[in-house]
Amino acid sequence: MSIATDAHDTASHDDGPVQTEHVGGEFDHAHKPDIYYVKIAIFLAVLTGMEVGLKYIDIGALFLPVLFILMAIKFVTVVLFFMHLRFDSKWFNMAFWVGLGLAVLIYSGALATFKFWSR
Amino acid sequence: MADVTLPLNVVGNDDREAHIADHSVADHSADRGGAHATSLGLSNNKLGMWLFLGSECLLFGGLISVYMLYRGRLGNGPTPEQVYNVPFTSVSSFVLLMSSLTMVLAVTAAARKDLKALDTWLAVTALLGATFVGGQVFEFTEFYKHGLGFTTSLFGSSFYTLTGFHGVHVTVGIIMLMAVRRMIKKERVPGDKAEVVEIVGLYWHFVDIIWIVIFTLVYLIPA
Repeated sequence: MSIATDAHDTASHDDGPVQTEHVGGEFDHAHKPDIYYVKIAIFLAVLTGMEVGLKYIDIGALFLPVLFILMAIKFVTVVLFFMHLRFDSKWFNMAFWVGLGLAVLIYSGALATFKFWSR
Repeated sequence: MADVTLPLNVVGNDDREAHIADHSVADHSADRGGAHATSLGLSNNKLGMWLFLGSECLLFGGLISVYMLYRGRLGNGPTPEQVYNVPFTSVSSFVLLMSSLTMVLAVTAAARKDLKALDTWLAVTALLGATFVGGQVFEFTEFYKHGLGFTTSLFGSSFYTLTGFHGVHVTVGIIMLMAVRRMIKKERVPGDKAEVVEIVGLYWHFVDIIWIVIFTLVYLIPA
């Protein structure tokens, strides 16, 4: 019988955690051909161009929502693909997204306290 | 990674688990250049960097919030619209974005063990980063000439603090890139070179994503 220990295999043991997650494996299948990253960079450059274009085009009340959506897409694209978080361990995901989520919650709350958003 | 073949008639379930763990740990050590196995089965160095980046979100969140609160407090100084040069900053942003591409190409080169490409991409990334920092120094100088000093207004103070902190992060990233490049050349990187490059890459991409937010909130949204 063949038992494959894959990149995301985990096993817990009564005596404590057991190491079965393969760091090298994650690394290997996270890395794509160079052209894959070039395409992502072109996509990001186009989004940046759109953002800058919005500065000079009047789209009224849609300006802020569209700008925020473009910013969020760029942010998440870099994190998921360039930083490989899409392919990486849930622990790394947790470490980053919890920090980011806390920052957004805390400072949104703080700005709301100053009635920033109602100005 | 190679499959681990274990005859079921030789080992029981508990033993089999132990065998799997043993083989995995051994294989990890080989892949990671002899790095220690960890209780999570993950690289502690990489986990540490991710935790650091998570905490950095809180630092920059604070600085961005302060800027958003004070950007309308102009005192006798110039307004953001009077000093900002959006086309120039857009080019700087593009340069930093492209440095993320060259960084990820360096990481893939490290994974392929292509040391020549790795060396080139690390150097190009550092160069693009230096271009960005140079642009920021030029921008600050221009703003100062237009009457926006650090203590001119709360807008000035919060702007210089936020973008200055980011600039310092980029500068630290450049130093890290050059240091890693030199250490790899001199074969002074213990363990897995690819992981070391990847960890520096995580930091570099982080300064890029922070700039994505700063560029939008500071330069593109009118005060």
